[in-house]
Amino acid sequence: MARAFSRRFRASPWLAGLVLATPLVLAACSGDPYPQSTLHPASGVGEAIDALYRNIFWWAVAVFVVVQTALVYTLIRFRARPGGPEARQIHGNTLVEITWTLAPAAIIIAIAVPTIRTIFDVKGDGPPDALQVEVIGHQWWWEYRYPALGIATANELHLPQGRPVVLAITSADVIHSFWAPKLHGKRDAMPGRVTHLAFTPDSVDTYLGQCAEFCGASHANMRLRVVVQAPADFEAWAARQAEVAAVDSTQALVLAGEAAFKKIRDPGAHSCIVCHTMAGVSGGVAGPNLSHVGSRSTIASGLLPNDSAGLARWLRDPLGEKPGSLMPRIDLTDDEIAALVAYLGSRK
Amino acid sequence: MATTAMPHPETAAPAAPTGLWSWVTTTDHKRIGILYGVTAFFFFLVGGLEALVIRLQLGAPGNTLVSAEAYNQLFTMHGTTMVFLALMPLSAAFFNFIIPLQIGARDVAFPRLNAFSYWVFLLGGLFMNASFFVGPLFGADTLSVAPNGGWFGYANLTSSQYSPGPNIDFWVIGLQILGIASLAAGFNFITTIINLRAPGMSLMRMPVFTWMSFVTQFLIVTAFPVITIGVVFLMFDRFFGTTFYNVAAGGDVLLWQHLFWLFGHPEVYILILPAMGIVSEVLPTFSRKPLFGYAVVVYSGVLIGVVGWGVWAHHMFSVGLGPIADSVFSASTMLIAVPTGVKIFNWIGTLWGGRLEFRPPMLFAVGFVSLFIIGGISGVMHASPPADLQQTDTYFVVAHFHYVLFGGTVSGLFAGMYYWWPKVFGRTLRDGLGKLHFWLMFVGMNLTFFPMHFSGLLGMPRRIYTYGPELGVATYNLVSTIGALLTGVAMLVFLWNVLVSRRGAAAGPNPWNAATLEWATSSPPPVYNFSVIPTVKDGLPLWREGGMEPSPLPAVPPAPIHVPGGSIWPLCTAVGIVVIGVGGLMHQSLWPSLGTALAGAALTVVSIYQWAFEPFEV
Amino acid sequence: MSHAAVAHHTSTGLDSRKIAFWTFIGSECLLFGSLIATYLVYQGRSVSGPTTHEILNIPLTSISTFDLLMSSLAMVLALAAVQRGDRTWTRVWLATTALLGAVFLGFQAYEFQHFVHEGLGFTTSLFGSTFFTLTGFHGAHVFVGVLWLLTLLVRSFQGKLGPAKALNVEIAGLYWHFVDVVWIVIFTVVYLIQTTPLPAA
Repeated sequence: MARAFSRRFRASPWLAGLVLATPLVLAACSGDPYPQSTLHPASGVGEAIDALYRNIFWWAVAVFVVVQTALVYTLIRFRARPGGPEARQIHGNTLVEITWTLAPAAIIIAIAVPTIRTIFDVKGDGPPDALQVEVIGHQWWWEYRYPALGIATANELHLPQGRPVVLAITSADVIHSFWAPKLHGKRDAMPGRVTHLAFTPDSVDTYLGQCAEFCGASHANMRLRVVVQAPADFEAWAARQAEVAAVDSTQALVLAGEAAFKKIRDPGAHSCIVCHTMAGVSGGVAGPNLSHVGSRSTIASGLLPNDSAGLARWLRDPLGEKPGSLMPRIDLTDDEIAALVAYLGSRK
Repeated sequence: MATTAMPHPETAAPAAPTGLWSWVTTTDHKRIGILYGVTAFFFFLVGGLEALVIRLQLGAPGNTLVSAEAYNQLFTMHGTTMVFLALMPLSAAFFNFIIPLQIGARDVAFPRLNAFSYWVFLLGGLFMNASFFVGPLFGADTLSVAPNGGWFGYANLTSSQYSPGPNIDFWVIGLQILGIASLAAGFNFITTIINLRAPGMSLMRMPVFTWMSFVTQFLIVTAFPVITIGVVFLMFDRFFGTTFYNVAAGGDVLLWQHLFWLFGHPEVYILILPAMGIVSEVLPTFSRKPLFGYAVVVYSGVLIGVVGWGVWAHHMFSVGLGPIADSVFSASTMLIAVPTGVKIFNWIGTLWGGRLEFRPPMLFAVGFVSLFIIGGISGVMHASPPADLQQTDTYFVVAHFHYVLFGGTVSGLFAGMYYWWPKVFGRTLRDGLGKLHFWLMFVGMNLTFFPMHFSGLLGMPRRIYTYGPELGVATYNLVSTIGALLTGVAMLVFLWNVLVSRRGAAAGPNPWNAATLEWATSSPPPVYNFSVIPTVKDGLPLWREGGMEPSPLPAVPPAPIHVPGGSIWPLCTAVGIVVIGVGGLMHQSLWPSLGTALAGAALTVVSIYQWAFEPFEV
Repeated sequence: MSHAAVAHHTSTGLDSRKIAFWTFIGSECLLFGSLIATYLVYQGRSVSGPTTHEILNIPLTSISTFDLLMSSLAMVLALAAVQRGDRTWTRVWLATTALLGAVFLGFQAYEFQHFVHEGLGFTTSLFGSTFFTLTGFHGAHVFVGVLWLLTLLVRSFQGKLGPAKALNVEIAGLYWHFVDVVWIVIFTVVYLIQTTPLPAA
């Protein structure tokens, strides 16, 4: 995909000069500097969208060049000069009107045909053996359920490379939008409705995305990650997710953390078990499922790294990290925080 | 019937009344136009300040200049203010001042209704912006409870469950108030243009600005009722607990989107068509030749207005309406690009073969054409649903609509300001400062919005108060911020120009040697507009030999002209309506709310009766 | 010297107030159109509360519909009377129109309170919300119309409603007939055509 793009630029270097960002985009073709770029698709659907976009893009460049050149040329050629000619009192020209009505109409048709073809190609049906995943948007985190595999997780969506997947997307509260640009366009997540995205991830990698429909205070902080794994690795991940992570009773800090997690606090709503599901411990649904939180690379919906420092920051002041967060500021001692960090980190 | 205020002079021409009271009670379209212009420009600066704070916040990743809540209020109010309190009323300023003059009328069809529209606009704008300062009155712990749901207020984020507090109430009530102003003006101008044209001024001899404004008024009177109903549903849900957008009760959040965008798409044509009309006046004047393809330009405008009703769901391509709906709306959206492009080509055709003078109005008009081309092209990109799935709700869209609304509408409005300034105020704005203003704005605007095409394609969504450095869009954002500051400087240059141009040579009736009727009378026009209503024989009456009769117009009216007096009742009615709105804000407490609303209703009804029965003749 | 608006030259030869009013009516079509469209979209989607079949009273509403239709007839007769300068019959027919309008409102008030009694309130369900909003907006329009007619009646008694002022009655008539036509549509769509619900999207 990136290679094809570069090939076309090398074939027409004089056009490249017009597009200011070409050097920057070429630099981006290494992938990393622009992790949410729409221009580096990693799925068949993404490539189809990208191809359509580039098709339209080149028509756009052509129209831009022709029309702006005509404008600038006219401005220069007919500027008033002392001793210059008087203005020609033309009222119009029917043939010219017809021409410049039909020409754009033809370009429109040239864009419309591949557009409609692609619309039908990327609608949300997958093959019957596609992996079905339910995506549920919450203020301000993502819930993922795999009904066929019996697992539920949050914030990190794992997918096997090369297998078609169908995301069934909805919301538990307000409208959100699921968007991992390298894999597909965005699809709104609406309460009371289920929408779909169907695609097949091409390569093993981690793809960044974020909510793309304004959903309140921390809309900007509702990030997402899609981890595409080799099929064997995905199977291993799914198997671990389906199990209950055992607590190593030789680890005192982990045990202390488990106790802190289970502790009933005052007010009751400040107790972890009220809002979170921890397999074998609790079944709260207001917050993300934490059964395997230790296996994730980020927490707080992609906002903080999932290490001791990040976890501690979150536990200390969720509202400060994520304005409007529904997780309250809980009175935790430093010891409790250290213990919880150890416990949650062990939930792999 | 007796008349009020103005004595009937027997021989001398009546003069405009003076003093503050005469402005408060004015029914003169020229004064109302100036009031609209000043008020709208004030709100334009307010919206611009909001934009500057937004840009300063986004200038660096992870910035903490403003909180998330403050940012959400800022972008909501920036959009709402620019659309409803700045751009629409700036266009209205021109409708008011210029249309009666262009069609050879003494005033609009309903002068008091005209004043009413202005007062409702002013009070509605103050009502909405009061929300920045009255938080404590509602028990909030912040000073500001400004609307924070986006200018498009999607349900169900705007429900009382997810937006408790008065913020959305200000928005919901404020929009209904402002809607009344626009609707009243719509009825007024449609009637004026249909019915008050000078003899010989057939529809196809009307100036293009009047034509485009005419189409705009039809869009207003058909689109605003739809959003009124959408907003009424939201208000009922919030105030009374109805179920229109209540998912648990079987309601559909998409109902809001359909109602909003059925209004919202015609609204963007409401925003652009008047500016297109202005450009269609300015380009011929400074090319010294007629508009190329007058009839085609007029019909294109009408076609845009009509087809504009059939494209609304292109704002909903990410919703998953299904491939058939997506295809239909994609086709209609692409279709509308054709008449739009035709206008652009006709403007270039107008310049072609002309003798081009680059005075400030011309610079802004040409700037409009150039920048609108870019905005139009990105618009066509959005028209393709699969591509749009990557573009919608990102900064790519922000780039698109700012190119058409800032590069387009704002440029067009400034073209109109520089063009008609001498007609309105009797003195021309300075050329040097005007050119400086143009270039600062042109460069600033491009610096601000061109990089947004890239930050959007690189994955930066809209309406986010911050972003991470890993996205790689920090540099683009910084450039945008610098551009915004430069644009702000451009506005200061304009204000300076306004200040220093108060003294200078008096402009004659036709300083640009233009073709249309408003240039046949003095600058500024007398209170009665024309000493004699001319008979029009051509669409360019001042350029054609025998284009109008008499030519020139007599300096003094040969017969006494009746000028209607002022009236206080339009203002009183407007106050009554806003008091009802204030009552609505208090809906958490039944009796104070009801009492206030009923007091407002009483004032409204009494004022309407007084208005209906006071002696007043046009 | 009289400077009545009618004496002013107009491009169409029609009074500006008539043109403005038709524009207003066009706008109102969009207003009621949005309300009716919402009613139709939400038909059959209520999750609780009484249904249309259980609660709507066609015979009763047919009477109130007939009443409103007759009021339009009275309005036509009122206009004819004012145009021929017949003071007495102007007052009779204006009063009749207003009275029939008030009777219609009485039927609406009865129906509303009866529905609430039967368990269908404004906030009960989608049906309740859409029904009461739609018919409530219409009723509010009828109410304004009744006030308008009574105002004209008072003006007539003050001797200020002669043939020269016939346009005032004509425009009130336009409004009244429009409100009547909207009711015909509502009666048909809400009461008579109780179709099966659209499939849920």
